[in-house]
Amino acid sequence: MRKIGKIEVETMSEEHEVELVPDSHAASTAPTENTAATDAERSTEDAVPRTGQRSLLGWGRVAHVFARELCSENLEEISKQAVLSRGLGRSYGDASLPAPEFGPALSTRFADRILDFDSETGVLRAEAGLSLRDLLHSFLSSGFFVPVTPGTQFATLGGCVASDVHGKNHHRDGSFGEHLRSLKMRVADGRILVCSPDHEAELFYATLGGMGLTGHILEVELQMARVPSPWIWQKVKHFDNLESLFVALRSGSAKWPFSVAWIDGLTAPGREHGILMLGRWAEADEAPRKFPKPRKARTVPFDAPSWFLNGLTGRIHNRLHSWTHRNSVGIEHPETFFYPLDHVRDWNRLYGKRGFIQYQCILPHEEEGYAVLRFLDLLRKLGADPLLCVLKDFGAQGKGMLSFPKPGFTLCIDLPYRGDRTQNLVDQLNEFVLAEEGRIYLAKDLHTRAEHFFAMEPRFEAWNEVRRRWDPQASIRSALSVRLFGDDA
Amino acid sequence: MKVVLLGATKGMGRAVARKFAERGDSIFLLGRDQDELERSALDLENRGARQRIEYGFCDLLQPRSFEPGLAQAWETLDGVDAVVVTAGIFGAQEDLEVRDAHAARVLTADFTSTVLFCEVARKRLLEDGGGTLCVFSSVAGDRGRSKVVLYGAAKAGLSAYLEGLDHRYRRAGLRTVCVKPGFVRTAMTADLDAPPFACDPETIAPRVVRAIDRGTPVVYVPGIWRWVLLAIRMLPRFAMRRIDF
Repeated sequence: MRKIGKIEVETMSEEHEVELVPDSHAASTAPTENTAATDAERSTEDAVPRTGQRSLLGWGRVAHVFARELCSENLEEISKQAVLSRGLGRSYGDASLPAPEFGPALSTRFADRILDFDSETGVLRAEAGLSLRDLLHSFLSSGFFVPVTPGTQFATLGGCVASDVHGKNHHRDGSFGEHLRSLKMRVADGRILVCSPDHEAELFYATLGGMGLTGHILEVELQMARVPSPWIWQKVKHFDNLESLFVALRSGSAKWPFSVAWIDGLTAPGREHGILMLGRWAEADEAPRKFPKPRKARTVPFDAPSWFLNGLTGRIHNRLHSWTHRNSVGIEHPETFFYPLDHVRDWNRLYGKRGFIQYQCILPHEEEGYAVLRFLDLLRKLGADPLLCVLKDFGAQGKGMLSFPKPGFTLCIDLPYRGDRTQNLVDQLNEFVLAEEGRIYLAKDLHTRAEHFFAMEPRFEAWNEVRRRWDPQASIRSALSVRLFGDDA
Repeated sequence: MKVVLLGATKGMGRAVARKFAERGDSIFLLGRDQDELERSALDLENRGARQRIEYGFCDLLQPRSFEPGLAQAWETLDGVDAVVVTAGIFGAQEDLEVRDAHAARVLTADFTSTVLFCEVARKRLLEDGGGTLCVFSSVAGDRGRSKVVLYGAAKAGLSAYLEGLDHRYRRAGLRTVCVKPGFVRTAMTADLDAPPFACDPETIAPRVVRAIDRGTPVVYVPGIWRWVLLAIRMLPRFAMRRIDF
């Protein structure tokens, strides 16, 4: 009961000459030229509420930085002082955390206004903190969907740009950045400017997948996708053999706009199995008449014990998952199709206080054989229990200078965090990915070593040059840039 | 419905305004920051408002701005059905105790100024034969509490004012709606630890809009606070002191 003590608020102004006797006499004696000065003063104080330092966490709840988080509806104000912008904190590792003891982060999550929408062209301009959930709530009913969506709708537009996220349609539509028209940013020298493929193009392409390090993203202009109905037509198929699953995934991608595969990563060798999910937007005449009701999210009220998700419960879950996802073809709810995990609001707490990591890499296609199979073998050999294992084939590499996707299979696994063992595991996985000429996804990463990263990313130098041109002192700095990009701690 | 909102560029006011916009109600925004008002007006237009959304200047801490602001609203909308006040300032008790000027500001804004604004709105609504006046008070005003002495006192005064208004003018056609939110996650509460039953502005907005439609005199959001506060109000003083709530 004690905690209930801190109660409610709504906000408005502060810092003004207080008129304790607010009558017309007082008003007429108050010098009017005063207003301009106090205006400037108060706006800064308003925008920077006295936010104490607190532990900011990555989604995996392993990475944390003790720092202030500036919160305001007015991004232009708070971006003057912040060292990093963060949205809803869905990146798993340290990408959304400010460099330790360097300065405050800002949260974009209260800046969620839609500033322009053209229902003819589908071009939308909004503040960077607008979440995909909010966007879908507003636009799916009028026949528009985000062109690319990651596996959670609790991502902000700014975050989608910074990680240049990909979705189940990457093989066809590329990553998020392909559909961007322009960005409004505050760059390190304090200027606010708009960049696009035609104007300050270098900054624009460095910002796609630039992990928020090229400037604070304030507004995003985006081409929305028109959809024939708000429902998904989905095909689910089981495979007892992974090789045939891979073949089916690639051939399915040629025909279907959305494709993804789930693999049971906890089986004995030779008993692997997986599920292929293919989808497209349902045509108007196939779709149910009614609008898909937004799903009610359940919450996890407390942290599960850290042992809760382990090899055994994982196996039970995988068995249930296979059992509940039978071979089928038909209509599916868009939220169930795109965001199966959002159904449980803070599912990251299921991993307990110790948290978990997600590891995502890309393994280029080979003439013969599958690197993914060898990767799974390696996981087994290292004794890792990948509790979630998702596979997707990527299309062409986009224009973002540091964007993750390139042609190949991308594999994404969840692992409970086990301290040094996890570091060791990631090192070995990275060695493997490096040998396969693959790379890792920074939005998930927490344990990659700088030398591995540089070896995987020959593109880094070019990107870093652009970053340094806009921000010579690296005054926008994250925990990730300190760990991987050589920024001073 | 024709609605005027003071404080709708932020937090709970923003969520409530969006609900009105989605229904296609006519909206007029009052606030003190031109740029913020402009952006919020665009937002509401893009979220379903049927017509252009106009806005005007009004600052809770400048009572002389009340009449011109409301006059502009009345003129633009050609009469008003509901006035919604979500503006206000929060101050943590520890903070208010050491910063007198800040305490004066919170007390003035949350009580005196809000009441004076309501008086102007009340007169205008009654002149038109009635309407709804919806004001955001707080659960903090239901009982004197050690954690929110000053803020709670201002909100208690505000709640009492609204109840008095309800008794005096309901028959004349003025419906007052006193909204008492519990902990709502907005930019201004971001630095506080969220207590149980904390919720988002979007969650409470439909309930507030429904209360405005119906003219419910007092509405707790989320609803659970009604029962929590019922229990709290009945606690004898020695027990209240003991639990240090």
